[in-house]
Amino acid sequence: MAATTHQAGSSGLSRGRWSARARHDFLWGLIFTSPAILGLLLFRVYPVIASLYYSFTSYSIFGSPRWIGLENYRNLISDQNFWKSLFNTVYFLSFSIPLGIIVGLGLALLLNMKVRGMSFYRTIFFLPSIVPAVASAVIFNYVFDPQYGILNNMLRVFGINGPGWLSHPSWAMPALIVISIWGVGNLMLILLAGLQDVPQDLYDAAFVDGAAWVQRFRHVTLPFLSPHLFFALITGLIAGFQYFAQPYVISNGTGGPARSTLVYGLFLWQNAFKFFKMGYASAMAWVLLVIIVITTLVTFRALSRRVYYGGA
Amino acid sequence: MANVTLAHTSGRAGSPLLGRIISRGMAHGALLILSVLFFVPFFWMITSSFKINSQLSAFPIVWVPNPVTFEHYTVGLQQVPFTRWILNTLIVCAFSVLGTVISCSMVAYGLSRIDWAWRNALFAILLATTMIPDQVTFIPLFIIFRNLGWVNTYLPLTVPSFFANAFFVFLLRQFFMTIPKELSEAAKVDGASELTIFTRVILPLARPALATVGLFQFLASWGDFFGPLIYLSRTEQYTVSLGLTFFQGEYTSQFGSLMAASTVMLLPVVVLFFFTQRTFIQGITLTGIKG
Repeated sequence: MAATTHQAGSSGLSRGRWSARARHDFLWGLIFTSPAILGLLLFRVYPVIASLYYSFTSYSIFGSPRWIGLENYRNLISDQNFWKSLFNTVYFLSFSIPLGIIVGLGLALLLNMKVRGMSFYRTIFFLPSIVPAVASAVIFNYVFDPQYGILNNMLRVFGINGPGWLSHPSWAMPALIVISIWGVGNLMLILLAGLQDVPQDLYDAAFVDGAAWVQRFRHVTLPFLSPHLFFALITGLIAGFQYFAQPYVISNGTGGPARSTLVYGLFLWQNAFKFFKMGYASAMAWVLLVIIVITTLVTFRALSRRVYYGGA
Repeated sequence: MANVTLAHTSGRAGSPLLGRIISRGMAHGALLILSVLFFVPFFWMITSSFKINSQLSAFPIVWVPNPVTFEHYTVGLQQVPFTRWILNTLIVCAFSVLGTVISCSMVAYGLSRIDWAWRNALFAILLATTMIPDQVTFIPLFIIFRNLGWVNTYLPLTVPSFFANAFFVFLLRQFFMTIPKELSEAAKVDGASELTIFTRVILPLARPALATVGLFQFLASWGDFFGPLIYLSRTEQYTVSLGLTFFQGEYTSQFGSLMAASTVMLLPVVVLFFFTQRTFIQGITLTGIKG
């Protein structure tokens, strides 16, 4: 037995010794996970470090990066478009996430009443969520068209002259939020599965005790759904900060009208590929990374204690 | 604990049966209205793609095209290399699905069926990196791919999928862990290597999970916009997402053709959904369950 003295982490080996079996397992473990290990190094670790480096440089992709210290970050602070894009993103998030959760939950609750035709309704509500982002932006661009769109056409029936929606600075973002709510079907399915895990006898007990619908919802349903809602919130935040395709499509990459759809991801892309300010864009990227990590951790801290895992 | 402490009885409707009928009725009503709202954009898209131009802009709305025209498909879409875009996208999808299924199933195997020292740490790191936004990694990656001469090829869109995706690894790992350990042990006693167990025992059993992953990756590649946007610049190379955007920019108010293009883009997605509904729903609920 050529047992070398390595420190073997877990896996219940005799201390400090690697048996032939353990070495065999370690080797195969490495082989099988090698795509992930290489992927982490090539597509995660290296780019994250490199972009930190680029964020301290002036780099137009055509030349080579030139070290300028903190200048990019200083410029960001005084860049109005940066603040505007951050504001737009937060605006989008603070409506699309709560509304998405409310609508998704509402639909799931309705479907969970086990009415006839449930699978039909479920399909209808779910389908929009698999429509590619670009396609839904193109479809809604027509739905919201001031002249030919279906929305203003319907409003005109009631004598209301609807605004230009996507071409109006104060309506463009609400319209984008509506598009995002249309795609809530994914979350609805997750919540529906969660609802079906709630033990029926708890409901029955609550019912016998005379609990009203609201009380049953608050004290039975919500605790069981809390892991799913928490998951939806976290993934919604991470995805929302990277929101890009739909504002790009409806504004043709400009973030218009009047910067109203200039979300963070869009302004970052503009810096990198329209103005070729790779260093500046990298600084924005790092600010975004820090924002996402902090937001996620704060959300975890604030809420994870209130999540009830007994059901899952 | 879900506490069910209740202070007072509330004024519930007299007969439970009547109450039930009323609430059922209201649920049906709400579902009907909501499903109309959710479905209208689809209906509008499909019908508009068959309307003649005067009916596209008519007020009040023409709901059913009369006459039905195929012009937007036969003429409108031909203003751009639309068929080519579809083929391009299918190529990207095929390789991405292949890469994802191979790499993610390998990694998931290594993280669930082999007991080795780095297993849990690697899995935790892998999950934590899902927090890193693409915006942070795309600039250095773009520079690498550019130096490799990969810009304007499909390599940047397909090669990374051979390096495992944390989300799909998670999904497959969940599934692999439900397969009894005894199966592997028995195979080992018979002298099977890890590779044999992986390909002959685990993969055949995991077919539904592999299908889910392949399906999700297909949809992701089919709808991907950001990758094609930064890596592809020649019109005839576009994928369908990028092409649709280009089309929208060039032919802003040709709504008939734009809706025809959207319909074509949605067709594979919807068809796929109807054929694989169960796989779909299971896959989504499986990933949503653990927070």
